[in-house]
Amino acid sequence: MNRIIVCMKPVPDPQHWNKVSMDHETQTLKREGIPTIINPLDKHALEAALSIRDAHGGEVLLLSMAPPFVTPTLREGLAMGADRAILLSDPVFAGSDTLATAHILAAGCRWIGEFDLVLCGNMTIDGSTAQVGSQLAELLDLPSVMHVIDLHRKEDHLLRITQKIEHGYVRLEAELPLVISVRKELNKPRYTPFTGILAAESKEINMLSNEELHIDTGLIGLEGSPTKMAGLELRRFKREKERVEGSPEEIVQVLVDKIHRYGII
Amino acid sequence: MNKNDHDGIWVFAEQRNAELHEVTLELLGKARGLAGQNQGKVTAIILGQGIKPLAQTLLNYGADSVLVADNPVLDPYRLIPYSLVFEKLIKEYHPEILLMGATFMGVELAPRVAARVRTGLSAHCVDLKLDKDGKLLQVVPGWGGGVIATIACPDHRPQMATVMPGTMKPLSPEERKGEIKEIEINLPDKDLGPKVLEIKREKAEGLPLEKAEVVVAGGWGVGSREDWKQVEELAGVLGGAVGTTRPPVDEGWAEEGQMIGQSGKTVRPKLYMGIGISGVMHHVVGMDQSEHIITINSDANAEIFETSDVIVVEDFRKILPKLIQKIRERVER
Ligand SMILES: Cc1cc2nc3c(=O)[nH]c(=O)nc-3n(C[C@H](O)[C@H](O)[C@H](O)COP(=O)(O)OP(=O)(O)OC[C@H]3O[C@@H](n4cnc5c(N)ncnc54)[C@H](O)[C@@H]3O)c2cc1C
Ligand SMILES: Nc1ncnc2c1ncn2[C@@H]1O[C@H](COP(=O)(O)O)[C@@H](O)[C@H]1O
Repeated sequence: MNRIIVCMKPVPDPQHWNKVSMDHETQTLKREGIPTIINPLDKHALEAALSIRDAHGGEVLLLSMAPPFVTPTLREGLAMGADRAILLSDPVFAGSDTLATAHILAAGCRWIGEFDLVLCGNMTIDGSTAQVGSQLAELLDLPSVMHVIDLHRKEDHLLRITQKIEHGYVRLEAELPLVISVRKELNKPRYTPFTGILAAESKEINMLSNEELHIDTGLIGLEGSPTKMAGLELRRFKREKERVEGSPEEIVQVLVDKIHRYGII
Repeated sequence: MNKNDHDGIWVFAEQRNAELHEVTLELLGKARGLAGQNQGKVTAIILGQGIKPLAQTLLNYGADSVLVADNPVLDPYRLIPYSLVFEKLIKEYHPEILLMGATFMGVELAPRVAARVRTGLSAHCVDLKLDKDGKLLQVVPGWGGGVIATIACPDHRPQMATVMPGTMKPLSPEERKGEIKEIEINLPDKDLGPKVLEIKREKAEGLPLEKAEVVVAGGWGVGSREDWKQVEELAGVLGGAVGTTRPPVDEGWAEEGQMIGQSGKTVRPKLYMGIGISGVMHHVVGMDQSEHIITINSDANAEIFETSDVIVVEDFRKILPKLIQKIRERVER
């Protein structure tokens, strides 16, 4: 195995999600002031790629579709150990849904040419669709496996995979190349070594626009996305908030009465 | 796919070992409701081997007809054969809507099918509606549930959605008649993707969270494995199930399958009790549809109180032992 692509999405840091507000005029989210991080599961995908490379040689490429301002986040992936990064960035990509995103990432994979394995996170934390991995595989006409919690290379072209399902797991054997989407049980992402941060500075980030990728614009961006946003709201949860006060005995009495009134006891 | 000449609502009847996944019945209930609005037909699609007997169950829970693909190649579930069968069926019958559960299987299969037939798919829906033109509106939480988006798929068919288990209600089954149609499957036996070597399943123990009338959920504030027993005991005397936020799972006090919220289960019991839970969106989206919500938190400003009917600002250790005792006395009376 010599070339592994890791699809990595820079996402808004969930620690700062309370800063999200809405622009009611454009029906879009305002995310100013929210820093970007590597999508957490994509770090697990990267760790898997790095450990395969460390054991068997080859190279690990980061592939990302995002606006140019995310390059520092890509550098973090390079600092963790990836060899180079490819950033697919073009205003015509804006507003892509998962299928359109998959078209763009597929074009990126084809631009890269030969590869043995594509690794994705199972799901992103912002969109949380858990769709891009399977769709990318379909568009590349490759097999795919999601929910991966264990991964071993058996022979040169064979992988042993454990996939989580409800109350159990499935063990699979798959031939390369294929697309794998991983869960966090798979591994523990390594800490970035200080030397990695230095090394990342000189690693290559290749930025490609649709000039290089030549994707039919009918398939990408807002236009090319089959799904459309029909409404957007920030969720607010409102309830009675009746506060029960008094001594513990008094509180317990009120609670028991309420639970009784609900018809439970 | 072009949108003209499409009709009917399809539900993927997910099964493993000839056992239907709960969400199938929930989807049929919802599909029935939507079909009532636009006079459409509900069709259940079931793939596998030896699964014909399940077709009548699907009719009883709301399907008008069932398409059965009974073939060894479809057992056990494998992604590529299943997506090829769906492609064939979609191209032959042109459904207007296709729903699947947001289960391990559905989450893997639905996007592959959607990409194969080049249509739109929305993930992990918590509600589905029809607009005045009969288009499907798919309600999905994003950003940890803090944002609710409504998604439509105006020009491509079928309109596809995966639906969170536990968010929709099955109908009470009744003896119903309907067409059960078998489909011929001719798949090549090579190039069907990864080989299944082994499937291991443990029986789910205890009351499944999604079915419990009472859920007592504990959070990081419970503090220790010792005190977690109080949460379990309270659930026990109320005849309910134990739920959890993420930290107790990380600590090993609770199992991952008990987690409620964006990356866990959605529950809507008659009573939800939250003990030592702060109430971030990630958790709240999984419980806010509960009928009654009682929460105990020592911090008077806890977010969870915003989503509560009854709130107790106290150390739970002062309340739970007495509450458990009192309820036990009452139940045993
Ligand atoms: C992508 C992503 C997905 C996630 N998905 C989920 C999910 O699906 N479900 C989920 O639950 N979490 C999820 N999380 C984690 C989530 O963000 C929160 O970290 C978690 O829900 C907080 O759990 P908690 O309320 O138990 O803990 P904390 O936030 O630490 O709150 C503990 C509370 O206990 C109270 N307390 C302390 N001592 C006592 C006492 N003696 N008596 C009474 N009260 C006390 C405190 O006042 C505090 O409010 C997710 C996170 C991410 C990033
Ligand atoms: N814009 C993107 N750039 C690179 N990879 C992506 C992008 N969007 C999604 N992915 C990959 O697809 C996985 C699943 O994403 P999602 O379907 O958005 O939940 C992520 O964990 C990434 O590995």
